[in-house]
Amino acid sequence: MLGLGDFSVFAAYILCILSALLCVVYGIVNWNKGGEVSSEVAAEEVRWNAEEKKIEDELSGRGDAS
Amino acid sequence: MSFGLIAAVFVYLAVIAWLGYRGYGQTKTAGDYLLAGRNAHPYVMALSYGATFISTSAIVGFGGTASLMGMSLLWLAFLNIFLGIFIAFVFFGKRTRRIGLNLDAHTFPELLGRRMNSRFIQVFTGFMIFIFMPLYAAAVLIGASRIIEVLLNVPFEVSVVVFSILVGAYVILGGLKSVMYTDALQGTLMFLGMITLLLVTYIKLGGVVEAHRSLASLSAFIPESMTKGGISCWTKGPAGGSPMWWTIYSSLVLGVGVGALAQPQLAVRFMTVQSDKELNRSVAVGGVFILVCVASVYVIGPLTNVFFHGTIGKIAIAAAEGNVDRVIPLYLDAAMPSWFSIVFILVILSAAMSTLSSQYHAIGTSVSRDIIEQGFLKGRETKSGTVVTITRIGVLVSLLLTVLLAMEMGGGVIARATAIFFGLMASCFLAPYTAALFWKRFTRAGAIAGIISGFTVSIFCFLFMHGKEAAVFGLCEALCGRTTLFGGIWPVIDPMVFAFPVSILFTVAVTLLTKPEVDLPLENAFAGVGR
Repeated sequence: MLGLGDFSVFAAYILCILSALLCVVYGIVNWNKGGEVSSEVAAEEVRWNAEEKKIEDELSGRGDAS
Repeated sequence: MSFGLIAAVFVYLAVIAWLGYRGYGQTKTAGDYLLAGRNAHPYVMALSYGATFISTSAIVGFGGTASLMGMSLLWLAFLNIFLGIFIAFVFFGKRTRRIGLNLDAHTFPELLGRRMNSRFIQVFTGFMIFIFMPLYAAAVLIGASRIIEVLLNVPFEVSVVVFSILVGAYVILGGLKSVMYTDALQGTLMFLGMITLLLVTYIKLGGVVEAHRSLASLSAFIPESMTKGGISCWTKGPAGGSPMWWTIYSSLVLGVGVGALAQPQLAVRFMTVQSDKELNRSVAVGGVFILVCVASVYVIGPLTNVFFHGTIGKIAIAAAEGNVDRVIPLYLDAAMPSWFSIVFILVILSAAMSTLSSQYHAIGTSVSRDIIEQGFLKGRETKSGTVVTITRIGVLVSLLLTVLLAMEMGGGVIARATAIFFGLMASCFLAPYTAALFWKRFTRAGAIAGIISGFTVSIFCFLFMHGKEAAVFGLCEALCGRTTLFGGIWPVIDPMVFAFPVSILFTVAVTLLTKPEVDLPLENAFAGVGR
């Protein structure tokens, strides 16, 4: 067991590696999925981003705050 | 410490501040911002998230704690990867992104408030962030300052003040919301620094199996406070049901591991990606990043005992004169070549700055958008000059509070302060946040009941049940004549163990007992969700 003292620590050690592997496999399998953006969503995103930019400007004191 | 090191640190800080400033200056229109933010490369998104997630608190605080408590803390790393990355991105992230976009929500409180059509929820959540985030920020600040203290030989208080000024300048010059590319650069440095540290540690101690065996052979040197608590060997878990078992699994593993799902400064990151595709890709990068940056810390921390025992005949906590927060800085100073110390100082500065900037961004937006606009102005439009000024004052107040807390909290507190904040956020918000994302029947009354019950039980436990906090506040002592209401094992059980289930119960029960409100923006909120 990699020189580890009991099964619970060994399990945690291995689960860390396995869960990272799960993340890698999931990411690769779904690499190109979920990228379809409809024009409706794109318009919403432009609106969202305009608002986000305004918030950032207000926080940072840059640009026209009014 | 050498002039070269100080020069390297300042050059690095200047580059980061300049990058942030340039990045910000170049995004003049919403369209530019779209390109810079929502089109972020998944590598950039994942490293930015990772750099926000992992801070000096994890590296210095939890690393040091692991040197005392042993490798069972690896369970926390497992939850950080499985819950904090996989479940967070695949299940919470996608819905948070979509619903946040649909409701035009820009902060975590705003997401909850708009989804449940409740100004109270938004304002209350905003206040929670404003009041309690400084505790977590202080933990991050202490972590960075301990590194500076040990490696640069500067008194701790001076480190705190100087680093706060540096972070303040960085936050102001670079924009409160750290630019994603800067975060990604910091994340890359953290990744390279931690993987080097792990490899060097294993190589120095004779390889993976040999290092673990050497650690197991030091059982006789484990401090009495730990052996009495239930830890008999650093490569074994604590005895089931022992005080250390409760401390490790209820506070650190459960509190921080599960708590990561309801972190306001992390949840907003999901809203800044363009589509689910970026989230899918980020899972791969994020999983590896957390494995290298967090799991390695819980391996290196305990192994410092082998190193110190072999070199100076003492275990790590003795070498650090009783302060676990000094273990990792001391190990770096003693075990690594001086050039690596320079690199690692940059790693630590990176980790602290990326987390602190996101914390102050969360505090700033909570003050302006959630507390002032919704709480005091009741959603009315106003000339925002006043809002900007009050927000600045709010951020400044919380920054000063952070510095004060960092100075006052003393040694060995990083992991505990982080666990308190993570646990509190999970106890109050995880159940309502999850229900808001996944349950259309969820009612406003259920959300308020979930938040308030989690909060009330948490505060009660901190004041009357959990030994460490109850002793600090002294309210139970004043009222009942003893530090905590109950003795035995109770004072070491984390408040989250009680508060989180109560919050779940109230969230579900009150929702089922109340009629669905007709004014919730369900159709709008869930448009396109699950496709």
